[in-house]
This record gives sequence, structure tokens and C-alpha cells, in this order.
Amino acid sequence: MINAGDTAWVLMSSALVMLMTPGLAFFYGGMVRKKNVLSILMQCFIVLCLLSVQWVLYGYSISFAPGEGFWGGFKWFGLNGVGLEPYADYAATIPHQAFMIFQAMFAIITPALILGAFAERMKFSAFLIFILLWATFVYGPVCHWVWGVGGWLRKLGALDFAGGTVVHINAGIAALVTALIIGKRKNIEKNIPAPHNMPFVVLGTALLWFGWFGFNAGSALAANGLATNAFVVTNTAAAAAGLSWACIEWLRNGKPTIFGAASGAVAGLVAITPAAGFVSVIPAIIIGILVSVFCFTAVSIIKPKMGYDDALDAFGVHCVGGIWGALATGLFASKAVNSSGADGLLFGNPKQFIVQLTAVCVTLVYSFVVTMIIYKVVDLIIGVRVSEKEESMGLDLTQHHERACTVLE
Amino acid sequence: MKLIIAIIQPDKLEEVKEELYRAEVNLITVNEVLGHGRQKGVTEIYRGAKESGNLLRKIRLEIAVNENFVEPTIKAIVKGAKTGETGDGKIFVLDLKECIRIRTEERGGVAIG
Repeated sequence: MINAGDTAWVLMSSALVMLMTPGLAFFYGGMVRKKNVLSILMQCFIVLCLLSVQWVLYGYSISFAPGEGFWGGFKWFGLNGVGLEPYADYAATIPHQAFMIFQAMFAIITPALILGAFAERMKFSAFLIFILLWATFVYGPVCHWVWGVGGWLRKLGALDFAGGTVVHINAGIAALVTALIIGKRKNIEKNIPAPHNMPFVVLGTALLWFGWFGFNAGSALAANGLATNAFVVTNTAAAAAGLSWACIEWLRNGKPTIFGAASGAVAGLVAITPAAGFVSVIPAIIIGILVSVFCFTAVSIIKPKMGYDDALDAFGVHCVGGIWGALATGLFASKAVNSSGADGLLFGNPKQFIVQLTAVCVTLVYSFVVTMIIYKVVDLIIGVRVSEKEESMGLDLTQHHERACTVLE
Repeated sequence: MKLIIAIIQPDKLEEVKEELYRAEVNLITVNEVLGHGRQKGVTEIYRGAKESGNLLRKIRLEIAVNENFVEPTIKAIVKGAKTGETGDGKIFVLDLKECIRIRTEERGGVAIG
């Protein structure tokens, strides 16, 4: 039975999640040097275009068509059999295509998250091929295992409300791999380039926060109490993490920064994502406060020591925050919040923590290995990195023949 | 006294600054400018409309120095900015008539450093 309220909420949520990809474009775009801002906007935008088409053609089918194996296969190619009647295994009260389009927005933003790692130095042509292969051979299978009917992590009982493993750990570890292989940007050892437009970063953060209500509360797939719980804990965790990051900076560096508060809010949103439908508000505050401690350590202490150039901290925020969120779900999940979920370690069920840990490790290993193979294949075919000359001129002029702002008219 | 004007690639600014500090030249003014020499600029395309020969971003340095610092300053800029490619830039050296430090109203060589 189709429920009007549920359908309206899921369609609205799909639109909210769609807005996150342009939001991410501004979040990332503000952080790069001004000669590269259009390349970031273009990469995010073209992912929205490319994967929207990929998803209805075969992406949805390999991710969500029922199947026990590696992925769902091509039964639902071109949305064949995906109609306007509900498909009860996923959502019994909304049209199947409403669920499909909601999931499309997740499949779009996940690969887009990775581009923060190799910002300012990848060829646009290589980017397109890399993203299409990654969406097909990494996102598709992992999404199927965790959320698809017949998926083995789903059967194991792994809890991932809105995509901690599928989205954030998956994209975050892929980000680390690409940053490691593509190498550092030129001339950044002595002087890490400052973000060229901090207001863009804050604008992007605000759009992400706004869109995340669709991401998490929409994942209830109904306009109900569970959606409300997800909405409340999402806002709470983002707020707690923003406060926490700013405080850490104040203690360590003497002054709190808007860049820090914004990074904290995004980290908080990442961490609450898998937990949003399973935890209550006090755990959400704890998850938020601690995620900033972990992510700050990753981006401000570990990254400089290790020396990899994860340019915009896609790994440091999404993978680290995602791992904490997935494990925190195993600690704080409670059947009192969601009777179809499970109790976590702190509610007397240590097994759930082990299941969460398994899902985290499987995603880390699979995404790490396959991302590396995809990168190497693309590098072999057309070469991934731009020339030194192109890098110093900037990707806007060399990859797209346009620039963001005129200086003389 | 000389006024040294140098046009360099934007991403060489840090290296040039470092070389200048090493040569103990601490007085420097920096501008972002547009221009091109033999590099001939770039092509930009907006909705199919092609604009060729567009100007490239460059950095313009102005450094006022006493005579004994002229050569060290030139060497430092070359060391920091040279890659051997077209587009590395230019250095111009001009005579400087007068220099006044506003705070003390001192004039001449003593006001430069």
C-alpha cells in the first residue's frame, strides 16, 4: 500500500540528498587554490550527470536486484521491473522508483567524496573513467552486500542506517589509496596552500548539513518516528562535533577557526550516519564530540607525519569518521530506539560490535584493493596525472579552458 | 639605490621568498598581475566562443635595495624562479632616486633596510 506521507517524504529527501553534491562542490571548491576551483565544481557536477544515467541503466540493478552473489546482476537493467508499485523488501509504503531515486543520490555523492584526495592534479578524462569504474566495481558490490536483498553483510546483521560503511568508509579508504598512488601536489612541502575562498567552504558545509537531513532521516523510508529520531540525532551530532573541533583548536592552536567548526560539523554528520536510526540523543552527543577528536588527530597530526597528500581530507574526515560511526553503532545501538535494529555492546550485546567491526574491515580491504586496481588500469590506458606545466597553470584553464573569475574585463 | 621589479610564475613565489630571506632581503612588495611574453597566453572557451591569447596569471615583485644588495637579490630571484621553461619571467633593474621611511622620515639608503 502506497502511503502519501511516506512517498512525499522520500521524494523530498531525494531532492535534499541531490543538493549535497553541489554542496560538496562548494565545500571542496573553497578549499583549493583559485586556479582549480572550477575543476572541483565540474568534477562534482559531472558525477551528478554521469551517475544519474549510470544508475537507471544498470547501477541500481547491480546494487539492489536480489541476489546472493557478488552483486545483484542485470535483472533490473534500464529499470526493467522497477515500477511504481512498492517493493516490500526495501520499502513497503512507497513506489519502488521512489526508493530507486533516493538511492541514486547516494550512489552519486559517494564517488564524489573521493575527489577531495586527488584534487588539483587529475586529468578530467581519467577522472571520468575512474569514477565510472569505481561506481560499478566498488560502490555497486559493497552497496549490494550491505543493503541489497541477499547481501551477505546484511544477512550477517551489520547495522548501517544511512551509509557509514557503504558511503563514508568506502569512499574514504578509496581516497587514501588514490592520494598515495597519485602522489603529492607540486611545491607544497614548504607551503600548504591556503583555501582560496573560506565562505564557499562554509556555504558548502551548510548545504551538506541541510541535505544530510534527507540522507539520514530519509533513510527511514517513511514519514514516522524513526525519521524524527534520525533527524534529531543528526542535528545533535553535527552540532556537538562542530563545537568539539572548535574547542580542540582553541586549546591546541590558541584560536578557534570557522574552517575547524565546519570540518567538525561534517565529521559529526559522517559519524552519525550509520547510527542515526539506532541511537538516542545522548549517544549522539558522545559520537559527535569524539569524532572531532579522531578526525582532528587524523588530519592535523597523522597526515603531516605520514606525508601523504590527501588534499582536502577525504580520508581523514570520511573514512576515520565513518569507522568511528560504524563502531559507535555497535556500542550505542538500542532496540528501544528501533525495534527492528539490534542492541549494541553497551546494551548487553557484544556480538553486534564484532559484526560492525567485520563490516568495517571487509569494506576497508575490498575498497582499498579494487580502487588500487582501477587506478592502475586507468593510469595504464590514458595516464591519470596532469603534466607539471598543467598543474602549475591550474586545472581550470588546462582541463576546461575557462577561469572562475576575470581580473581584467 | 635600485628598484628591482620581477615577474615570476605564481607557484614560484614561495621559493623566491625563501631565497630572498636567505639573501637577507626582507623588504618586498607582491602584486598579482596578468601578462604574457613568449608564452603567448592561453585559449579560453565560453559556450563555444573562443578567446585566444588570453593573459596568464603572474606575480610581480618590487624590491628596493642598496647597491651591494643588487646582485644577491637578482641571484636569489633566479634561483627561486628558474625552471628553464618559457614563462619563467623577467627581472628589471631601475635606478631609484629617493626612498623615505614614513615613520622616521629618514631618507636614502638608510631608509631601505
